[in-house]
Amino acid sequence: MYFLRRLLMLFLVIWAAATLTFFLPRISPRNPIREKLIQMSTQGGYIEAGIEEMIAAYEEKFGLDKPLHEQYWSYLKDMARLDLGVSLANFPKTVMSQIADALPWSIGLLLTTTLISFVIGTILGALIAWPRSPRWLEYLVAPLMTVSAVPHYIFSLVLIYLLAFRAKLFPLSGGYTIGTVPSHELSFYLDVIKHSLLPALSLVIVGIGGRALSMRGMMVTIQGEDYMTLAEAKGLKGGRIFYRYGMRNAMLPQVTSLALSLGFLVSGSTLVEMVFGYPGIGTLLATSIRQFDYFVIYGIVFLVILGIGVATLLLDLTYPLMDPRITYEGK
Amino acid sequence: MSAPILSVQDLRVYYYTEAGAVKAVDGVTLDVARGMKMGLVGESGCGKSTMAMAFMRLIKPPGRIESGQVVLDGTDLVPLSEDRMRRVRLNEISLIPQGAMNSLNPVARVRKQIIDGIQDHNGRFSRAELNDRVEEVLEAVDLRPEVADMFPHELSGGMKQRVCVAIAISMRPKVIIADEPTSALDVVVQRQVMETIQRLQQELGISMILIGHDMGLMAQSIEHLAVMYSGRLAELAEVNAIFEEPLHPYTQLLISTLPVLGAKGVFRGIPGITPSLLSPPPGCLFHPRCPQAQEICQHKVPTWQEIRPGRWVACHKYEV
Amino acid sequence: MAQAASAIRYLRRNGRLLVGIILLLILFLFAFVGRLFVDGNDAYPLSAPANLAPTLEYPFGTDSQGRDLLAVGVMGTYLTTKIGVVAGSLGLGFGTILGFLAAYYGGVLDTVVRWVVDVLLTIPSLLVLVVIASTFQGGIDVNGMALVVALLAWMWPARVIRSQVLTMKQRAFVRVAQLSGSSNLEIIFKELMPNLLPFLGASLVGSVTGAIFASLGLEALGLGPMREPTLGMTIYWVMYYGAFVRGMWWWIMNPIVIIVILFVGLFLVSAGLDELANPRLRRRV
Repeated sequence: MYFLRRLLMLFLVIWAAATLTFFLPRISPRNPIREKLIQMSTQGGYIEAGIEEMIAAYEEKFGLDKPLHEQYWSYLKDMARLDLGVSLANFPKTVMSQIADALPWSIGLLLTTTLISFVIGTILGALIAWPRSPRWLEYLVAPLMTVSAVPHYIFSLVLIYLLAFRAKLFPLSGGYTIGTVPSHELSFYLDVIKHSLLPALSLVIVGIGGRALSMRGMMVTIQGEDYMTLAEAKGLKGGRIFYRYGMRNAMLPQVTSLALSLGFLVSGSTLVEMVFGYPGIGTLLATSIRQFDYFVIYGIVFLVILGIGVATLLLDLTYPLMDPRITYEGK
Repeated sequence: MSAPILSVQDLRVYYYTEAGAVKAVDGVTLDVARGMKMGLVGESGCGKSTMAMAFMRLIKPPGRIESGQVVLDGTDLVPLSEDRMRRVRLNEISLIPQGAMNSLNPVARVRKQIIDGIQDHNGRFSRAELNDRVEEVLEAVDLRPEVADMFPHELSGGMKQRVCVAIAISMRPKVIIADEPTSALDVVVQRQVMETIQRLQQELGISMILIGHDMGLMAQSIEHLAVMYSGRLAELAEVNAIFEEPLHPYTQLLISTLPVLGAKGVFRGIPGITPSLLSPPPGCLFHPRCPQAQEICQHKVPTWQEIRPGRWVACHKYEV
Repeated sequence: MAQAASAIRYLRRNGRLLVGIILLLILFLFAFVGRLFVDGNDAYPLSAPANLAPTLEYPFGTDSQGRDLLAVGVMGTYLTTKIGVVAGSLGLGFGTILGFLAAYYGGVLDTVVRWVVDVLLTIPSLLVLVVIASTFQGGIDVNGMALVVALLAWMWPARVIRSQVLTMKQRAFVRVAQLSGSSNLEIIFKELMPNLLPFLGASLVGSVTGAIFASLGLEALGLGPMREPTLGMTIYWVMYYGAFVRGMWWWIMNPIVIIVILFVGLFLVSAGLDELANPRLRRRV
């Protein structure tokens, strides 16, 4: 029952996303084809053959001559097949292929940074809250607060300024040094890692700040619970109380808050990528906006919403494993 | 007479707040003999729960044990290091907590929660021995063996409380502190749990301090009774003696307010309110509400004395 | 007077709240007093020679479009804060009403609201805002920004207020009021509202923070009011004109420093208010 409910929620989210990207262009006063033409003419010269095919693709995608509900229905069907149309700026490349190029970079960045910041942040936060930890940990709270308050990409700008600009320790931008050809050699991988360090660092540091603070709050609340009192009255060892009675009970809310913050994390990493010109979804989005490539924009948004929906669902499915009070059947 | 198993000497527990020091326990002295069942009764906020926590050395900042001794079988618990005190808990002195609703770890099975205490005190037991002990204690509190593999949220209130009792006896301590073990339960279950506790105490010969605010309920389970008021003891004696001849005016009023089956009449309470523990009145703490107060009660604190063998009072009426 | 004295005493104890308020006050003064001394028009292109490092005449330097960066800083702080406050307040207002009604009247309304809120919360709001804003690209002004951002600012407050009202509904004092004959309206204003105030306060700060966050994000992507010197647009221009490569540190630091102070200040105030509302998190005496 619980599972079905969550699945239903996922479909609702996806449907809402598709509907949004369907209706918005229609109420917008803009006409992407017109704008594209204007842009191209200012750059000098038409490309006749391209224009005809572009207009044809546009018409077909939107089926502007057909009645609205038919358009809507065929749109939904396309979306279900993940047919996101063609790119206006890089015709005839499809939206999907462009996204597919950028996706691995983003997923790699997002996955590693989320994992690292969650694990380190949670442990750090728990330790800070624990009364038997060394007291100097308390001094970390202020810097953690400062760091977690700032948006990820602002922190990126600070890092770029300090480490890439002033200290020239890291490259300013990009996924790999301009001009190199991607290969499977170690030198290339090292180059990639070097370029991903600053973006990753921005995400990880800000992420740790937030996670640590929330875990700390959670642990403080838990320490006031009756079962903690009895645990101590039983003369249990400190480590056991910390881990089995403290952390295990704080984990569920922590994972819940992770699931809720997925949208925020993705927004954050998108902007970070954009700042660094890192060849992921973020930069693709920024470029598409600049190029008025609406199909790519909508395609990205739709896929990201889909991805987050699935990820949230997967996270939700882990709850019964962490807290015996929650079962797959009812709530 | 052999030495008392638990001897409390002039115990003081203060909470340091911004507004000043709150004297939750202010000079309590009592002895608990081996195998004795002692009750500690008093109104809400009189300091009895603080006493329980103090015996277990679980007072947390901003509170602290200001002074005094808590001598358990010859060892004073107050100056012990945290590590040594940890070993004493559960092993020699254990607690049956007040709110069993929330006293068990929600994410661990009952078996684990009975075992972990034993393991952290004595790692030499084998899996089989530990499981045997689990079965043993569950049977002792009248719970089916299947309960061991359940989670706390699958148990009723009474069952949870019994698990807490099982945990408390699991290492055969010398003293059990039961802090209002049945307050959160309904009357029927209350009786069952109290009977279980009593039976165990008898069988195992453990000394017990039962803390509560319901004199009527407690009187059925204990032999000696201590009456507490605003952080100090008013009276202590055998329970029958107290009911037959209550000495302290507070005790007298308490007993008179107990409803008697069959008597119809107006319920009487004790007029006035308990004094602020932050700025207590001078002299005897009870004098503002005491119908027998004399002039001396307003400025001189009565001494806690054994005025007759087995009868302790702190009141100017009986001062020797 | 006694209330003011105890408020000051509390502030001294609640360090976070105090520092947060001070930081925000600094920015507030910078923006509002600054407007008295600085000509707002200097924050627009072609007001000054371009690409100047800080001098006496232009203490914050100028950017590649010829804007006086001191004016940009002042105007930017003012504009971005205005967007944040307007959007945050709208979102809070709408969210509070919705959350309240859902919790108080329950039933179908509650289920619908709950589902809508949950669905919308899963979606990364920035992306939706990107979609919305891109359809109005370039043709948007400051007030338009505020409205767009407000569209997705109401969910959190709705959720928080709803759960608070639900908790309160269960508690005895509402029943007592109902039984003693108070009308629904009376209950709402006399019993429930006062207890909601700390949560409303904390939610407002959160709302404003989120709104500023969203507006900055949109503007940095190039979807904001292009001519206006808001903080986010300044960042956009910094990147567009490659200020890093050209070493124009005065241009880069300008919005960053202001933004960092702004967010840290908001965060501290929010944490301070949390401590106020939940005494368990209070520091040990």
